[in-house]
Amino acid sequence: MFEAVAFYLFAFLTIAMFGITVLTSQALYALTALAAGMIFISAFFFILGAEFLGAVQIVVYSGAVMALYAFGMMFFDTTRDVKEKQGNKFIIVGLATISAVLVVLIVAAPLVTENIVALYPVTPDVGNTQEVGVVLFTKFLIPFEVAAIMLLVAMISGIILAGKKMDLSITLMTDAEVRDFKEDNNKKVLS
Amino acid sequence: MEIGLSHYLVLSTILFAIGLIGVMRRKNLLLLFFATEILLNSVNIAFAAISHYYGDLTGQMFAFFVIAIAASEVAVGLGLLIVWFKRHGNIDLDSMSTMKG
Repeated sequence: MFEAVAFYLFAFLTIAMFGITVLTSQALYALTALAAGMIFISAFFFILGAEFLGAVQIVVYSGAVMALYAFGMMFFDTTRDVKEKQGNKFIIVGLATISAVLVVLIVAAPLVTENIVALYPVTPDVGNTQEVGVVLFTKFLIPFEVAAIMLLVAMISGIILAGKKMDLSITLMTDAEVRDFKEDNNKKVLS
Repeated sequence: MEIGLSHYLVLSTILFAIGLIGVMRRKNLLLLFFATEILLNSVNIAFAAISHYYGDLTGQMFAFFVIAIAASEVAVGLGLLIVWFKRHGNIDLDSMSTMKG
């Protein structure tokens, strides 16, 4: 009973928040709605008994990823309204729905045939975090290490890409300096 | 009323459709990234639900790796966006047509 109430409540909230994210024309509304939706999604993980995954969802998504996006919003000019493509709305909604149903069918088709055997079965009297740790550091050790290397590469590339010329501020320079700066950049792009 | 696996799969479908609508109608690249995050999260819900209803931990493991990939995607993507913004002053998708024939 309570599970059903929680499921429907959080499903409604998540869909509403992500709808706002997709449909609004204000970038700030989209960011806050996305952050709220991420937290509501972690509620599903808690309902499903995946406590560690829910905690990671809160820490990584609404902590790290949202902070990065907030930094990006401060950097870009997001105060003006976002212009949108003027396409056919029915085609967009129809295509999105059809492809989503297709993806879920692809995921769910092996489940319907009922020939799935649990590879790493859940043991009943052990906590979720402990189980996740055991499976992650025995069966999934190599993917774990590869993911660590991938995060390291992403960090280095982020520093190198974003850190270039961070000491120059376009807002604090005079007009002539900004013009020179842009001409230099154009030369670099053309050469 | 009992909540089954199909409930979660339907919810995942709806969220995936919302994310795809965002990918198709957005022009600003930052908001396009938001829609990508919605896609990844909807798939995470499906993984966690299947993992719970089949008593198997593999789904949760895949969700962890999806989260790691999303985090690194955001770092690299925002770095590229900052470089593009410094060069051209906007992050509209239509301005990136230098490879058009």
